[in-house]
Amino acid sequence: MSDQTILQKLEILADAAKYDASCASSGTAKKNSLGGKGIGSTEGMGICHAYAPDGRCISLLKVLLTNHCIFDCHYCINRKSSNVRRARFTPQEIADLTLSFYKRNYIEGLFLSSGIIKSSNHTMELLVEAARILREEHDFRGYIHLKTIPEADPELIHQAGLYADRLSINVELPTDAGLTRLAPDKDARQIEGAMGGTKMAITQAKDEKKRFRHAPRFAPAGQSTQMIVGADAATDADIVGKASRLYDNFRLRRVYYSAFSPIPDASAVLPLKRPPLIREHRLYQSDWLMRFYGYQPGEIMQATEKDGNLPLDIDPKLAWALKFRDSFPVDVNRASKEQLLRVPGLGTTAVRRILTARRHRTLRLDDVAKLTVSLAKVRPFIVTCDWRPTLLTDRADLRRLLAPRQEQLELFAA
Amino acid sequence: MTSLQHVKLGTYYVVNLPRPDDFAFWRERARSLVQCDVPPDRVAWVESGGSGDLFAGGDTRLPVPPADARPIRASKRFLSLAKNAALHSDPERFTLLYRLVWRLQRNPRMMEDRADADVRRIEELDKNVRRDSHKMHAFVRFRQVKEEDGSEHYVAWFEPDHHIVRANAGFFKRRFANMRWSILTPRGTLHWDGATMREGPPAQKSDAPQGDPAEDLWRTYYASIFNPARLKVGAMLSEMPKKYWKNLPEASLIPELIAGAQSREATMVDAGSRELEDRPETLEAIDRAIHACRQCPIGELDNQAVMGEGPQAAALMIVGEQPGDQEDKAGRPFVGPAGQLLDRHLEKAGIERRGAYVTNTVKHFKFAQRGKRRLHQSPTAKEIDTCRWWIESERALVKPKIVLALGASAARGMLGKTVSISKVRGEPIALEDGSELWVTAHPSYLLRLDGEAAEKQAKLFDADLAAVKERLGELS
Repeated sequence: MSDQTILQKLEILADAAKYDASCASSGTAKKNSLGGKGIGSTEGMGICHAYAPDGRCISLLKVLLTNHCIFDCHYCINRKSSNVRRARFTPQEIADLTLSFYKRNYIEGLFLSSGIIKSSNHTMELLVEAARILREEHDFRGYIHLKTIPEADPELIHQAGLYADRLSINVELPTDAGLTRLAPDKDARQIEGAMGGTKMAITQAKDEKKRFRHAPRFAPAGQSTQMIVGADAATDADIVGKASRLYDNFRLRRVYYSAFSPIPDASAVLPLKRPPLIREHRLYQSDWLMRFYGYQPGEIMQATEKDGNLPLDIDPKLAWALKFRDSFPVDVNRASKEQLLRVPGLGTTAVRRILTARRHRTLRLDDVAKLTVSLAKVRPFIVTCDWRPTLLTDRADLRRLLAPRQEQLELFAA
Repeated sequence: MTSLQHVKLGTYYVVNLPRPDDFAFWRERARSLVQCDVPPDRVAWVESGGSGDLFAGGDTRLPVPPADARPIRASKRFLSLAKNAALHSDPERFTLLYRLVWRLQRNPRMMEDRADADVRRIEELDKNVRRDSHKMHAFVRFRQVKEEDGSEHYVAWFEPDHHIVRANAGFFKRRFANMRWSILTPRGTLHWDGATMREGPPAQKSDAPQGDPAEDLWRTYYASIFNPARLKVGAMLSEMPKKYWKNLPEASLIPELIAGAQSREATMVDAGSRELEDRPETLEAIDRAIHACRQCPIGELDNQAVMGEGPQAAALMIVGEQPGDQEDKAGRPFVGPAGQLLDRHLEKAGIERRGAYVTNTVKHFKFAQRGKRRLHQSPTAKEIDTCRWWIESERALVKPKIVLALGASAARGMLGKTVSISKVRGEPIALEDGSELWVTAHPSYLLRLDGEAAEKQAKLFDADLAAVKERLGELS
């Protein structure tokens, strides 16, 4: 193993990290390297330095410390019984690689995760050490996201939070039964316990910061988690329910959904076809509806079909609107912000524009067209001074009229 | 109006801008012109090197506003948009800004009217410039140059669409405060030495270094982090348009990554998960299917699959590791030496073998040929996991109340993880379907022991069987 070059190790350990959906570097405390000894800054919005052909943003050096693992989770390419090439970085190598990439403006920082080697504590110590070298020896002020290992000692997790901008603990699967079956070494209670501990530490650090200017920061970008979609039988309703409980209980910044994707050397317990990528997309859309549009989890569940899943051919907002047609049409010149946000095709920006523009004029359909992206999508659900969709909302084939063309969908889902 | 006396009627004014991104200069001139009530169609804003001849007849001496001129009003919203819009490469931008500020004097809340054409245009310019700045933050790629004194100098070549270079100097200064760097562009250059910022004239691509050893690492990272199962070229192109590719070291890989994606995904699927349809609905169907199964290398050996046997309504399912030499020849489970030993202990415990469903967790005999002999080999964890599909299908049909797993392989086949027999024996483990799993040693283990150890293990084995017998009585 020691014969492997950095390049070979990077190839193996970046490949092993590609199944992690998150690569965000936003929303942390502002910092820059003026007056320091090193480099690095974070200014609120994260930056995507490149895009892979899978359409995903590359913002961080997302890599595993090692893909050796004593755990045997069936959906995971790095599980003990999997027959993959193994490699291992030292914390120093991780720090050097991060700085080398950062200086060339390839990345915003580091997202470090790891397989479990020897013990959870040993592994967590190595993760923390890589972050320590960056922060203390190089005064690195870029973004650091550390994956935390729920079984590790809380004191180690605490140290991780002092170096990292964000901590995350994966809940992995939406149901406990799924976790027991597919991740036999993991324990749902322990995962939630660790999330609870991190939440408390974040709250406490924020509180101290208010009182003492020099109080240390603890994971200023909060904590997040990831759920694998389509590896077990959980429906979208289950998943949305689980996500909203996690948001409430642990004040997570984000719940990421990762469509289960076929992995080389997969376990036989996963005789599954890959779920359509569009399913992951619909879950993210429902996540947005809850976070920015004032929908309750129960309302998202109302938008699901009989099998408990969100429709794939139309977005969840339209699905909800088609089920609750009596809430429409909405008068754009009179309706409240909350009502406008429910109109399919009106985003938060369009609603804001409508609210300011209607102070100056009574909006006609032409005006709405200038303020929105697609008038065709909005028209059946709104009333303006010169437009009223008399029959449209009652039409039985409205869904077909509004759903994107079928061949488009197949192309997208492929 | 008081200011009219300062304006020569019928003339128009020409303002020559010293630099294409000088918002402060425009602001000063615009303020005077509005105060003198010069309408927008009477002012031309000319960039250096622009088509000045067209306005040769214009007056470059601007009118001076009277001392008591009204102060100029411009909303915060206008100012924040205008600062960005002034950096746009559209030659009409300053004319637009002047028209807007002129109109703002008559309608101070005009900026709120998003349906107005001028308002929409300035928002568009602002958006383009912000996007260009954002892409500069993202796509500048430094290359390391070793100076003669051994110090490191990082140099980048970037081609912005708009006049954004100077406006973004602060971002790179804050980010790379303790690094020596230069950004070269066709619209001007920036040089930071760790203490001061210097601006320079436009540069050419050939002024920048051609490569950097770290780019191989970066390209490796870029190729490895890409998941071929999720190809979405459109999403990539909308965020990283082709015009940027020529200056991104990783972009040269994109065509081959896309071309290879579908075959790579197919390989991943083939090498990995099996395309299994629905679970077999009868034990006979399982029997047929396991004979054809080649999901793992054991199936390729010279052997036959051995199906479980016993009543489908059995309350007890006994699961061994895999068929042995004699089982493979007979095509029945537990007929060799270990099977005979098992029968003796079952009888002692009062469990009738014919009432139980007896099977193996791995369906084919794994062996190594030594001369004429076939030596038993333990299945790997991966082989056990591959075969779980069949034992789970059997369990779903037999629906036993108790599963007795003999040995570590059988336990793994039930639980999906490796457990230690000594730790889990003697206690039931709840399975997902509501049945109970009891784990004990494999009888072949007893066969390999002698003397005291053999006696001790036989006792433990009997005790486990007795416990199962008792539990069966409670459950039935």
